[in-house]
Amino acid sequence: MGHLLENLTHFARLLRSLGLSVPAGSTIEAARAAQHINIGKEDEFRFALRTVLVRRAEDLQVFDAAFRTFWSKPSGTSTKLDLRPLGSERRFGDPVVEMESLTGASDTPSEDAQSHLERIQISTYSDREVLREKDFKNLTSEEMAQAVQMLKELQWRPAPRKTKRWIPGRGVSPDRRKLLARLVRREVDPDPPPTRARKPTPRRLVLLCDISGSMDRYTRMLLWFACCLTGNLGRVESFVFATRLTRITKKLRGRHGRNPLREISRLVPDWSGGTRIGETLRAFNVHWARRVLGNGSVVLVVSDGWDRGDPAAMRREVSRLRRSCHRLVWLSPLLGSPRYKPLTRGLRAALPFVDDFLPVHNLASLDRLAAHLNRLPAQSRPHSERARPEALRGI
Amino acid sequence: MPDPIPVPDSISELQSMLAREEYVSDRALATSLFLGLRLQRPVLLEGEAGVGKTAVANALATALGRDLIRMQCYEGLDISHAVYEWNYSRQILEIQLMGSGGGLDRRSAAKELFRREFLIERPLLRAVEHDGPPPVLLIDELDRADEEFEGYLLEMLSDYQITIPELGTVKASEPPIVLITSNRTRELHDALKRRCLYCWIDYPDFEKELRIVKVKVPAASQALSEQATAFVQELRKAELYKTAGVSETLDWVAALVALNEQLLTPERINETLGILLKNQEDIQTVRGDPVSAMLDRAQHRGVSLSYAGQKPSTAWVTSSKT
Repeated sequence: MGHLLENLTHFARLLRSLGLSVPAGSTIEAARAAQHINIGKEDEFRFALRTVLVRRAEDLQVFDAAFRTFWSKPSGTSTKLDLRPLGSERRFGDPVVEMESLTGASDTPSEDAQSHLERIQISTYSDREVLREKDFKNLTSEEMAQAVQMLKELQWRPAPRKTKRWIPGRGVSPDRRKLLARLVRREVDPDPPPTRARKPTPRRLVLLCDISGSMDRYTRMLLWFACCLTGNLGRVESFVFATRLTRITKKLRGRHGRNPLREISRLVPDWSGGTRIGETLRAFNVHWARRVLGNGSVVLVVSDGWDRGDPAAMRREVSRLRRSCHRLVWLSPLLGSPRYKPLTRGLRAALPFVDDFLPVHNLASLDRLAAHLNRLPAQSRPHSERARPEALRGI
Repeated sequence: MPDPIPVPDSISELQSMLAREEYVSDRALATSLFLGLRLQRPVLLEGEAGVGKTAVANALATALGRDLIRMQCYEGLDISHAVYEWNYSRQILEIQLMGSGGGLDRRSAAKELFRREFLIERPLLRAVEHDGPPPVLLIDELDRADEEFEGYLLEMLSDYQITIPELGTVKASEPPIVLITSNRTRELHDALKRRCLYCWIDYPDFEKELRIVKVKVPAASQALSEQATAFVQELRKAELYKTAGVSETLDWVAALVALNEQLLTPERINETLGILLKNQEDIQTVRGDPVSAMLDRAQHRGVSLSYAGQKPSTAWVTSSKT
């Protein structure tokens, strides 16, 4: 028992080093579990440890590999060291060369520069107004630091939806529990009778952000946008895509406005690649929609719509996406230009299924987006309704 | 004294007890359940829809001779539907009767009103208060409930006691056997997961699924069962919005039997595809040529398997959800 517990402690440490979350008490729990089984049988021992120590389906593979290495007879050639690549893969995704344009010291507000950034005075009102209207692609690095600061000040309060949970309040349903309490207190004629209402909760936002080559000059600001949105609302799911879809939600949480770019660039394999929007949306629909689109989420797709894929695939996937969310908003930086017309084949296939087609090219447009989200109607649109293309421009 | 309740001595014994209830379990699942029983901890079963998460609770309850108390979760599930509720209509009626009788003071009125007979018991209270051997408590599809409820559950699972302010605290003499299922439509809270033993149930492989089909649809011929199972295995390789679970396989084989099919043909599959796939886009994706190709590959596999004469190694599962 003594030896076992000691070994289990080492094993738990190994699992933690591979990125699994193993609470302190579970080592003892594992030792207790081991007393009930035949630890001479490898499978039995492995399954027992697994059910106690693992909490997520994603971790099962890592656990099994770690188990084999740690508990195999010492004659084997593999050692604990062999697991390092496994761990690093798990935590950071494929190792990717950092894009110079994104994290180069030259112009990115890096984490070191954070304190510097806080000190930047956003000087006068008119400066701010100019910055608000300036296209993201034309920002100098100094202006970008200021813009990020202003971005952080934006208030995001998407229109709430009513949950099924009851709370006391003005509503149509009588609160019989309260009524009874009043009757017991001899308030003979409780008028008006107490009522209860449905508890409102902010809608969840799901952000799908295009980071392909054509979006290059906007990517950095848009990731800051995603970061601020997450910091502000908490319940935001974020994905980026060029040719592949990558979930970045966890990289954005708990950052308190620190620069997310470096870590995201490490995670994403296809920076500035080509775009296949239809296929990435399919990947989203198949693998993620059921897990993140519950309860009337609002989906924001950020893309200029330059697409090398098949327009039919785009049509199919956008239409499906629309049917599985409360509202589908397409944001394009190109809409900032008054002469822009959405003529690419991919975009033309997608637009009939989009509820709102809005610009994201400067701070003012983000401001308007926030206001738009705050006013979203509570009811989902009827299924027969199709947005009319001519009504799509602007808010 | 009632007969002592059978409790398995080993994982294999539990497996064969489940098998007698027509549930085919693999070793990992049986280990989790066995330890759940021994360590008196809830077991969290995660997996795609239709892999037999709910069925295992049914089988376990029958195998152990326990009552099954099932709580289906949904958004907005609250204490009044999960734990207890006062029968307000009757109480209000009662208070009006008392009022006309002319005079109880406030304290005795409250005492009269909050009597046990006015209490409506919901699943969690029933599970804690249960007489006799602890029941199996199935908390089904917890991911559908909202986070507030998860918080409450966390509290209840730590000490298996429930406080009703008007009556006092009810505590289980022996904790119920708790199984929690989740389809992963959202991530459950870490604190809750820490309380539980965890088990991921995957789609079964060919051998396991074939065993399940044979147990659950004995009317199907060997050839048809093999073919149909092999076809479903191929179908799961396709990238679909929602693929077929084990319960769909069982429904489908039962339907083929009802249609008097001896062997699969592409036409028959196309006609009955709606039993396997519940999504129009998915049906369109596989209907026609893809179905023929899958059937080809499935038949190939069926042939090689029957010649190999292999023996299914472990156990498996499941009834379709009722």
